[in-house]
Amino acid sequence: MIPGVSLIEILTVSTLMFFIGVYGFLTRKNLITILMSLELMLNGAAINFVAFNKYLYPGQPNGQLFALFLIAVAACEVALAIAIVINLYRKIKAVDVEQVNTLKH
Amino acid sequence: MEKIIFYILSAVILSLSLMSVLSRKLLRSAVYLFGVLTAIAGFYFLIGYHFLGAVQLTVYAGGIVVLIIFSILLTHDIDHQMPTPDWSRVAVAGALCVAGAVMFVQLLQGSLFSRVEAPEQSDLNTVGNTLLNPGGGGYLLPFEVVSILLLAVMIGAIVIAKQRHSVDDSSPEKQAP
Repeated sequence: MIPGVSLIEILTVSTLMFFIGVYGFLTRKNLITILMSLELMLNGAAINFVAFNKYLYPGQPNGQLFALFLIAVAACEVALAIAIVINLYRKIKAVDVEQVNTLKH
Repeated sequence: MEKIIFYILSAVILSLSLMSVLSRKLLRSAVYLFGVLTAIAGFYFLIGYHFLGAVQLTVYAGGIVVLIIFSILLTHDIDHQMPTPDWSRVAVAGALCVAGAVMFVQLLQGSLFSRVEAPEQSDLNTVGNTLLNPGGGGYLLPFEVVSILLLAVMIGAIVIAKQRHSVDDSSPEKQAP
């Protein structure tokens, strides 16, 4: 644990970060910025895992491993999303969510 | 001392993530995201999980941000300015997020987590043994599943982003005015 810092404070920081990510997810229209907001939300969740592991279960590394798996899955997701963005840009020259409707038909 | 570092780190995390969400310049927003991820790696180092901090630095700050910046540079010009979102969307999203954040922080204040005093076992040996342990409490199966996932994503990304020569090369030119 960090001396002098309670679990509540860490959880408050991660909660605020998560909701900042939600705000970006709702207001942005560009696919890449939506992806970046998603990264913020994922990182808030990872901080939660790590803080709970450190403060409540310091004898086991389980939360740490969950954060590791989360980082791996986030890397996968970003790689696929970037491939889709590049392909979309090649097809319709735009990455705004309002112009991306080729799957509709 | 650790307390001061924690407050500095959380101030950096919150302000940079807010700037990353609010900035209208795309590349600048990605650079703010890089700052957020690096500060989170610093938080992991501070809390004592050095391996996780190193992974965060290499995979997130080193890999994912570079990938995002690559895609930004491939699809936009460098000083691309996004239009400001319309105020109704901003108002609805802002109200929703502020309400959610207030509710969750309020819930957190009332909760009493009893901190457990146990011997610290966060060294790299424990992490590695738990990660590759096929027996009880081990994570060998998820580890293998993640490796298969990485392979599948690699193939999928190549297939999706591959230039198709036969059919699609002619279709954008037909649609062009």
